[in-house]
Amino acid sequence: MTFNSILFERPEDGTRGPGAEPDFFVDLNLNQIVDVIIAGREEYGLRPIFLAPLKSVDAIKYRHEIMQELEGASLHDAVQSFAQSMHAMRQYRGRSDRILNTYVKQGWFLNAVEAYCEAVSRLAHDLAALGPRSRGLSSFLEYLKKYAESGEFTTLASETKKVRAALTGAKYGLLIRGNQFSVRKYEGEPEYSAEVERTFEKFKQGAVKDYRIKFSDYLDVNHIEEAALDFVAKLFPEVFQGLEDYCAKHAGYLERTIATFDRDIQFYVATLELVAQLKASGLHFCYPIVSDKSKEVYSHEGFDMALAIKLMRENSSVVWNDFLLKGNERIFVVNGPNQGGKTTFARAFAQLHYLASLGCPVAGRDAQLFLFDRIFTHFEREENINDLRSKLEDDLVRIHSILDQSTPNSIIVVNELFSSSALPDAVFLGKKVLERIIGLDLLCVYVTFLDELSSLEKTVSLLSTVKPENPEVCTFKIVRRPADGLAYAQAIANKYELSYERIKERIPS
Amino acid sequence: MKVFLMHRDHNFELERKLPPNEQALAQDLELGVLLNAMAGDDKFLLEVTRKAILSSLVDLDQILYRQSTLKDCLKNPHVVRDIYRVAVETTTGEKGIWGWYNPYNSTDQILGRSVKVLTLCVGRLKELRGIVDQHAGEFESEGFRALFAMLKEELSDEYLAGVQGLLGGLESADGTLIRAELGEGNMGTNYALCKQQDKKQGRIGRVFGKNEPHQFTYSLDAHDDTGIEMLSKLRDRGINDVANTLAQSSDHVLGFFTSLRAELAFYVACLNLHEQLVRKGEPTCFPLPLARGGRAQSFEGLYDASLAMKLEKRVMGNDVNAENKDIVIITGANRGGKSTFLRSIGLAQLMMQCGAFVPAKSFSSDVCLGVFTHFKREEDTTMKSGKLDEELKRMSEIVDHLSSDCIVLFNESFAATNEREGSEISRQIVSALLEKRVKVFFVTHQYEFAHSIYEKKMPNALFLRAERKAGGERTFRVVQGEPLQTSYGEDLYDRIFLRTAPSPASAAPVTS
Repeated sequence: MTFNSILFERPEDGTRGPGAEPDFFVDLNLNQIVDVIIAGREEYGLRPIFLAPLKSVDAIKYRHEIMQELEGASLHDAVQSFAQSMHAMRQYRGRSDRILNTYVKQGWFLNAVEAYCEAVSRLAHDLAALGPRSRGLSSFLEYLKKYAESGEFTTLASETKKVRAALTGAKYGLLIRGNQFSVRKYEGEPEYSAEVERTFEKFKQGAVKDYRIKFSDYLDVNHIEEAALDFVAKLFPEVFQGLEDYCAKHAGYLERTIATFDRDIQFYVATLELVAQLKASGLHFCYPIVSDKSKEVYSHEGFDMALAIKLMRENSSVVWNDFLLKGNERIFVVNGPNQGGKTTFARAFAQLHYLASLGCPVAGRDAQLFLFDRIFTHFEREENINDLRSKLEDDLVRIHSILDQSTPNSIIVVNELFSSSALPDAVFLGKKVLERIIGLDLLCVYVTFLDELSSLEKTVSLLSTVKPENPEVCTFKIVRRPADGLAYAQAIANKYELSYERIKERIPS
Repeated sequence: MKVFLMHRDHNFELERKLPPNEQALAQDLELGVLLNAMAGDDKFLLEVTRKAILSSLVDLDQILYRQSTLKDCLKNPHVVRDIYRVAVETTTGEKGIWGWYNPYNSTDQILGRSVKVLTLCVGRLKELRGIVDQHAGEFESEGFRALFAMLKEELSDEYLAGVQGLLGGLESADGTLIRAELGEGNMGTNYALCKQQDKKQGRIGRVFGKNEPHQFTYSLDAHDDTGIEMLSKLRDRGINDVANTLAQSSDHVLGFFTSLRAELAFYVACLNLHEQLVRKGEPTCFPLPLARGGRAQSFEGLYDASLAMKLEKRVMGNDVNAENKDIVIITGANRGGKSTFLRSIGLAQLMMQCGAFVPAKSFSSDVCLGVFTHFKREEDTTMKSGKLDEELKRMSEIVDHLSSDCIVLFNESFAATNEREGSEISRQIVSALLEKRVKVFFVTHQYEFAHSIYEKKMPNALFLRAERKAGGERTFRVVQGEPLQTSYGEDLYDRIFLRTAPSPASAAPVTS
């Protein structure tokens, strides 16, 4: 099998994708998740990958295999050290292109090729040693091996080393006196630092402060250094002739497939980095079972990833929830107190599905999810909040347009529809919309403040809950049934894990 | 060169992490009073002492090592204070030398300052050598003997003269010879200041402006300000390494003095405390630390050193034998010295395990892995959580850090609810702790709790009661005795509300 790309096994897998962010991205806070994932990686242009859901279960599996392998530390490290070298290469290349002085320009070019050679050889070596088994990485390795052994690459590498060795050998001395300096070949004069260090060796204690002044990498070379460098070139003419010939010969060193891999693999690395951070804060992630046929879906300990990121940064943790739709159940109708986690639950449900369609791991211990054709969200829009008539109208227009475009394979998330209309209106319209949704047999989360909507067919009624001992406090748990109360003292002791049994478990033996 | 007075084989770490409960410990045991007596207003002394007391040693041998060092100090207080003075003067004298933290420092300035600091240090090292030469024979402990032997060997006259020579040479270089290589982007790198070999020859042979075949020379125009600045930066790069090495060396040498100061500080603080207790006529003794895991605590005349520092008159000591006891429950009259007793237990354990003497006539105890306090807090300012809630939260934090052979001192804990519920919570907590081999001291008014433990007739439980004489007079001592249901709050009420005449007892220390 020839290697196509690390993102798509076959060229035709990569044809879909809207290009621009769909409407639901903001409603589901997917934009926040993607922003965090790609932060610091702007140079790769990864956003379009996150806007293109996959259309087949196999294409998802292709990515799952790669993701799972990259979770291994050694493979991840191998890819990251490759990425670092390639990044360095681009930086060097940029400097070389900007600078006018010929010797300096050639110097940076040599650095760029060095970084590239290092990147390729090291990755070929590391990958071969690790023996990846995923379709994507193993066929890339085949490709890489061939390239690394080709005459084109080996010549490049050996000539690069030769030129570097010659330059390093050109040691020189600078004698500065007043406003003059001389440049000459270095004659082996002894260094002061060593003597100082030897003298005070006996006082050495532990870590030291670094007093070296950090001089900026002055990319714009000044005339003093240029003059010194010119002198050095005159002192070592054959070395600098060799450098010039080398640069002319290898101007087009960069191989295209390698460059593309460098970008694409960051989709995986970036995603996994965020997942690892969230895992470290105690959350679970899994590779879901994805089906394009069964609409039975479930998740254990899933959560809103955008909220989890926010809470992690505040050093607190997100509340997870389970969900399950079985048999002909299709719709969650979520009721309960305000600020109780209803919207968060709805977001999590849709996020899980969307991220699964990208081939990413999803929040939770395990999950089975549906490969949808489209996602629609209907969330409240703030701009019309004061104009009730137009808001109701706007609500209806929007939900109508959603229902028109939906198919039985779509997912709809509705958040507090008609919330600002009169109660009888809201009940009537809500029922009508819900009946249409039921008729389409699609997966839906319907968040509402109306109890009346929670008992229709195909629906599962969920409730956000409060603490039994303290009804003002929301647990952010969404359950099918409410929980029981407990005696105050024992409950509060339990809350702090101070029962006899818990203390015994908590203290190590 | 390591001082090693606090540990046989490593430095005392000033940056060390203190136990997570240090704040509660300091507050509940009133460490502040003790520390104030030990350190006065010397912040450094205070810091070291606080760290030493709060970071308990567990190894018996290490405790004995400090005890023997401290015994030497008690014998030769003047010499010890003199060495400490040299260390203090050097470390503070360095700060008077201008220019360290200036962010615009040039390497030139760093170099110049380092040479000055090192010159100061050489003088102080000589002074130190003098003290050692004169008094080394008067010390017996392993710690001091090793320190003095090392100072004699490392700071020979020859060595000190060599250092002065090197410092002199660095200040008088003629022209700067810098070795360099071509690095990234063909820019110069790996600069290093070198000693010039052929000074005289070079000066005669050199004609500026005319390039010899082996050497090319560039003369800057006098108006080329940028060039002059660049050249000086180039020079800065050249001497960067030497300046760094010198600055680090001066840090190292100062580090030695700082270390000497830190390693002596704890002993100086102990000297301070000892002198004050002796002046008051209070007894002190070197405790006998016993292996961890055994239960072998016993003492005579143990008193609360913090309280002793607060009172003019002498304080009451207690005698208790708690051998083979895992739990000690203290009940009895309010204001009868129970809290004081609890504090004296905690303080003595900490003092023993930092290698100090102990405020008692005699004291021995098994070493523990940590002292924890759970005291009733009078002032609960936060309205956020209820009082019981707050107490349980603190308890849970303690449990997070407990292991077997820790000590927990409870002072009227879990009383913020009714007695039945509070007793149940106490019982569950204490039972679990005992099973996990945690040593417990519990001052309580919860009769139901205390009595339920008493009923079990456990051989490893000891019951103490605040002593009260027949006439209701308190002695501020604790004696063995089973928990009684009636509290003595009535007495207190009588005394405050229905006071008839000041009884002799009211002149005694009033504690809670």
